[in-house]
Amino acid sequence: MTRAMNIVPPRGGRILLAILPFLVIALVYVIGSAERRAANPNDKLLPPVSEMVATTQRLAAEPDRRSGEYVLWVDTAASLQRLVLGLGISAAVGLVLGLAIGLLPVAGAGLGTLIAVLSMIPPMAVLPILFIVFGLGELSKVMLIIIGVTPMLIRDLALEVSAMPREQLIKAQTLGGSTWQIAIRVVLPQIMPRLIKCVRLMIGPAFLFLISAEAIASDVGLGYRIFLVRRYLSMDVILPYVAWITLLAYLFDLALVHLGRKAFPWAFVQEPR
Amino acid sequence: MSALSFRNVWVEYGDQIVLERINLEIASGTFLSVVGPSGAGKTTFLRLILGQERPTQGKVFLDGESFPAEPGPDRGIVFQRYSVFPHLTVLGNVLLGYEFAERRFSARLLGAARRKALEHSRALIDAVGLSEHCEKYPSALSGGMQQRLAIAQALAKQPRVLLLDEPFGALDPGTRAQMHALIKPLWRELKMTIVMVTHDIKEAFGLATRLIALDRVRRDPQAPERFGAKITYDLDLTRDSTVPVLGFVRAQAQQ
Repeated sequence: MTRAMNIVPPRGGRILLAILPFLVIALVYVIGSAERRAANPNDKLLPPVSEMVATTQRLAAEPDRRSGEYVLWVDTAASLQRLVLGLGISAAVGLVLGLAIGLLPVAGAGLGTLIAVLSMIPPMAVLPILFIVFGLGELSKVMLIIIGVTPMLIRDLALEVSAMPREQLIKAQTLGGSTWQIAIRVVLPQIMPRLIKCVRLMIGPAFLFLISAEAIASDVGLGYRIFLVRRYLSMDVILPYVAWITLLAYLFDLALVHLGRKAFPWAFVQEPR
Repeated sequence: MSALSFRNVWVEYGDQIVLERINLEIASGTFLSVVGPSGAGKTTFLRLILGQERPTQGKVFLDGESFPAEPGPDRGIVFQRYSVFPHLTVLGNVLLGYEFAERRFSARLLGAARRKALEHSRALIDAVGLSEHCEKYPSALSGGMQQRLAIAQALAKQPRVLLLDEPFGALDPGTRAQMHALIKPLWRELKMTIVMVTHDIKEAFGLATRLIALDRVRRDPQAPERFGAKITYDLDLTRDSTVPVLGFVRAQAQQ
């Protein structure tokens, strides 16, 4: 008999297997929702799918009666802008500092411990400071993401640089490269795939910080909306919003995977030797 | 001209003495093999020339001048592994040396300068027999092909001294023989000085014009780190040499 570890599903079967758990969850929800509705027609906890679709349609396709805005899209745009800004700046800072710390012993000695200590600060604990210093506007939310994400990126990329074979750096020096040249032509391209991996892993924490900041002080954004309608137990808004946030994060992740494969094909070549 | 001289060189790590009292003159154009048991300081010897390591005492001179204690373009190297850049194609790997030399800030060549450098790179890649693989990444090359690439890359800088650190140690015997057939004519043609560290005695005798053996002569069982390795044999392997190859004459300098 074939061992379980050696049974590999064919391509079609794999897609089916991937969809299956989603279907099961949807089914459980639909049944649960119907049960609760049968018991209490005013149940708010598990609204039926039809109600969620109607609400989503209202939020996405009809202008809001008070502000005249399409709420879902305005929220999405505001949140994505904050997220992309936060992650983008974090990635840039992480790349520069990580490279410097990993490549230059002086920078490593001077900044390594500082970063290690800073990365232990719980970002949510400094959120009040951010609100006080940067005000309640966009900057404090972007800053929270940056503070939460950057230290990890710096440390991971610095480790990646120091894990590069010493031989390569010596070889680059014997080819006449200066520190700067080796940094941009040898080290930087080789840590880019790692940066993409790290950013993928940090999408979750970035959303966490974003939604926390929006929940506390904001007037637009996905997190703001969820916490606003919480008062009215509007699960028909919250659940689609959560699904939408999850989908956005998943698509973001997928986009980064494709970007990595397109931009750094060498990191994925594994032809047999 | 690319003569190397070691003048009373000692290397110590704290209490541990690795190399002691190395005096050696290596004439320009020599193909020198360095053999010896593991831990006898062969790699340390190579690193002294590379500039990756500094002697604790004494000095190493290249053409009578001391050089800075860091690797430079006049001393090329091929390691056993990790000598090529995985993120560049074969062509890109060789081109990089030219790009470093000509563009200090961007380290990238464009237009006519790039075409010229590409031409030089292709010639080198041809010389090591990789012309069909120009656009491949190193991960798609076999171990022997990667070492050929590493050699082509080093040759782009026309180094005065080429250092080989067990370059063929990880290759199968057939590929190793091919590499021997490649390196010898290149050395003759380019008239560089080659210093090769190897574990393979046959290879050491077969390729080199001179061979030195490093070993610890004195041992103190209570303090094994007390005595460093010295040159125990120094053999001239050229045909018209006055030293009989199998005579194993002890090195004069060490007495």
